[in-house]
Amino acid sequence: MSSKTVNQKAWFLVAPVFIVVAFNALVPLMTVVNFSVQETFGDNVFTWAGIHWYQDVLHSERFHSALLRQLVFSALVLAIEIPLGLAVALTMPRKGIWVSVCLILMALPLLIPWNVVGSMWNIMALPDIGLLAKIINGLGIDYNYTRQPMAAWFTIVLMDVWHWTSLVVLLSYAGLVSIPDAYYQAAKVDGAKPWAVFRYIQLPKLKHVLTIAVLLRFMDSFMIYTEVSVLTGGGPGNSTTFLSIDLVKIALGQFDLGPAAAMSMIYFLIILSLSWLFYTLMMKNEEA
Amino acid sequence: MAKISIQNLRHSYLPSPDPARSEDYVLKKLSIDWRDGGAYALLGPSGCGKTTLLNLISGLLVPTEGKILFDARDVSRATPEERNIAQVFQFPVIYDTMTVYDNLAFPLRNRGVAEVEVDSRVKEIAAMLDLSSTLGNRASGLTADGKQKISLGRGLVRSDVNVIMFDEPLTVIDPHLKWQLRSKLKELHQRTKRTMIYVTHDQTEALTFADEVVVMNNGEVVQSGTPIELFEKPKHTFVGHFIGSPGMNVLPCEVKNGRVAFAGQTIQAQNAKSVKPSQNRLEIGVRPEFVTISKTGIAAEVVKVADAGRFRIVETMAAGSSVKLLLHEDATVPTGQIKLTFDPDHTQVYENGWIAGGTA
Amino acid sequence: MQMQKFTRFAPLFYVTFLMVPIYWLLNMSFKTTNEILGGFTLYPHHFTLDNYATILTDSSWYSGYINSIEYVVINTIISVSLALPAAYAFSRYRFLGDKHLFFWLLSNRMAPPAVFALPVFQLYSEVGLFDTPWAVALSHTLFNIPLAVWILEGFMSGVPKALDETAFVDGYSFPRFFFRIFIPTIAAGIGVACFFCFMFSWVELLLAKTLTSVAAKPIAAIMTKTASASGYQLGLLAAAGSLTLIPGAVVVYFVRNYIAKGFALGRV
Repeated sequence: MSSKTVNQKAWFLVAPVFIVVAFNALVPLMTVVNFSVQETFGDNVFTWAGIHWYQDVLHSERFHSALLRQLVFSALVLAIEIPLGLAVALTMPRKGIWVSVCLILMALPLLIPWNVVGSMWNIMALPDIGLLAKIINGLGIDYNYTRQPMAAWFTIVLMDVWHWTSLVVLLSYAGLVSIPDAYYQAAKVDGAKPWAVFRYIQLPKLKHVLTIAVLLRFMDSFMIYTEVSVLTGGGPGNSTTFLSIDLVKIALGQFDLGPAAAMSMIYFLIILSLSWLFYTLMMKNEEA
Repeated sequence: MAKISIQNLRHSYLPSPDPARSEDYVLKKLSIDWRDGGAYALLGPSGCGKTTLLNLISGLLVPTEGKILFDARDVSRATPEERNIAQVFQFPVIYDTMTVYDNLAFPLRNRGVAEVEVDSRVKEIAAMLDLSSTLGNRASGLTADGKQKISLGRGLVRSDVNVIMFDEPLTVIDPHLKWQLRSKLKELHQRTKRTMIYVTHDQTEALTFADEVVVMNNGEVVQSGTPIELFEKPKHTFVGHFIGSPGMNVLPCEVKNGRVAFAGQTIQAQNAKSVKPSQNRLEIGVRPEFVTISKTGIAAEVVKVADAGRFRIVETMAAGSSVKLLLHEDATVPTGQIKLTFDPDHTQVYENGWIAGGTA
Repeated sequence: MQMQKFTRFAPLFYVTFLMVPIYWLLNMSFKTTNEILGGFTLYPHHFTLDNYATILTDSSWYSGYINSIEYVVINTIISVSLALPAAYAFSRYRFLGDKHLFFWLLSNRMAPPAVFALPVFQLYSEVGLFDTPWAVALSHTLFNIPLAVWILEGFMSGVPKALDETAFVDGYSFPRFFFRIFIPTIAAGIGVACFFCFMFSWVELLLAKTLTSVAAKPIAAIMTKTASASGYQLGLLAAAGSLTLIPGAVVVYFVRNYIAKGFALGRV
């Protein structure tokens, strides 16, 4: 790390990546910025609209609701998946044949196309047909996710927990097995109880890995689209319409270029700032 | 503090070793007695089983066969906590999120010691280790030797510790700080009179720290004794090689009519009378310190002269074997053909590696 | 004691929880529509392979799988190949704007596909790549290349520069050094990078759907169309879904040794 030499020719090595990503990122982004400051009445005629769309979006009830729902969803999902993933990783065996089996099975949900995830939980939750529906109704609770917002939220959160917790498990597990045995041995010799071992040895050493897990889960949950779209379509009503779903409705559904573009920029900026915030907060202690 | 006894200890890492195959075992039949309050070293090359032995004594491993006794109490299956031991590892093991003070206090607090006593013990140990000024700092901010001191401190802070074990603790310490820490360890031993067992592959560390050194090779004890004994009367050629820099000269020899001969010359050796003619491999061992250039004696040719500071190492060839000797830096450097004499009081005959006539 | 028992079985509970919906999906795939709509059964009473037969024989179905695999493979190859030299540059050199470039790359991982859906649709239509696997493969590089660069850079930083220097002193030209010596050293890292590129491209739907219509239609699009269009052919849908589990399972099996190790060595 410290022995890097200065060499501007390195740009040649980086150029292909820069070009390809720029093509897929900067060009569309410029298009979006373009649309966000213009107004069109069809026939490809554009007039300058300044920050008009931005104001529209930022003041719209619709945007506020979608943003609020999104924040609640991300918070819920983080609050469940991070501790749960960590807990499962802590209880996993370190050696033996079961390790591979467990890891493979746990990785499966991560590799299922997101629409299939949505379909799976669709099938699980359908009234009269789905296993989940059957179990919940069997417990005496009236459950119908196509009609009840609470049921829809419950199902979506459960689906996301099912889908992504394994990522936290795998990351945490990798962090745990990299802790040298000597630390556990020293703790034994010092007479430390299991909780102390967790608090003073494992948790500090997992800081880096948990930061990555939190960042990844926050970003991805904030961008969620497919699974929710397939399962509830944003409904019932718009009770599960999160930011991406709303945006796609406006952009590809209604083709409202201006508002869609402005919303896109705001959306992207929110993610960037919140991610940066998370990152700085979690990294702060490392310097101290 | 306790007297520690190892009785017929054998250990294998395999789940079901074959008792008849000694290769299955990392430790092959050891019996050692360590008296209370002594400073001991376990010295040997990598892979000789010394770390395994250490972990068996501390309770991190359960022995396959044999017993470990602390003061006549069988602890072979007791946990590390039950044995009241302390261990310092190769790299510093500290609790990063705690201060130096809390690190040292940790073992005491876990055992429910009253806070007042914790405070006095921690301050006492910190003073001994020169850590007093850093007590309020975060442990993660200290240098490697500071952290090792904390590790050591956690062992010293408990008053009921039977033995403190060190597993190559100076490995990550900067060379110029190594001797400082080494002296500190010796000093601590003299002050606290705790039983200390120090595992290392570095002979300097072992010989300067310990009252008694146990030399191990291939899972067995080769020789156990004071540093002087090991130096002057090695019981095995391995000990001769391993200890001293440069190591002992080991030369093939023959025994004829009660006389030991090398390079056609009769050699006077300490234990020449104990040697009976047999099929065993015979060698004589003599340290370079006890080889001198003389007018008559064994014919040798000077091959190389190396400068080692206060003295010079002269490497010669005699009858096809390499013989090294030491010369004071002021002496004239020899060249060409010379004659060598071995000091009879420090020349031994070895049979198959072991000293002839001595206890194997 | 209670605690200990619980902790030993916790992974088992968790894995069971994960397997239940998968089982349910498979269960559905082997049932006839009548059985599904007729009542609730925990396992197929009238086991049938009809659903699978339909999918594997009807080209409008199985072409979806082929299309999907096509763009995923193309994307993985492009992403990892381009990322390798770039990661090497970040790992070994300092150059003008290097930190900014790195962060900009990572920021694209945070870009919501929803934001890019419409503009990317227009862009690829304009360059005439609409409805081809190349469109999807290239658009996925938006987030896969940064990921690959990040993973590979982590692995490369673990290789001491002394290796490079020795090779150059020994007379290796840069390309020869890179391919003969360096790449084998970071093979595990390349494996991890390929795994993640495969994963994130295979699972993504929004961009894949937006950039295709008929010729390059991925299986995901075909499934969603079926679900809404012809009413509830749940069995068929379930079978289609079950088949999409296979590539994932295969890939995981191949990298099983690296999963824990690779995560730890590099920095996912």
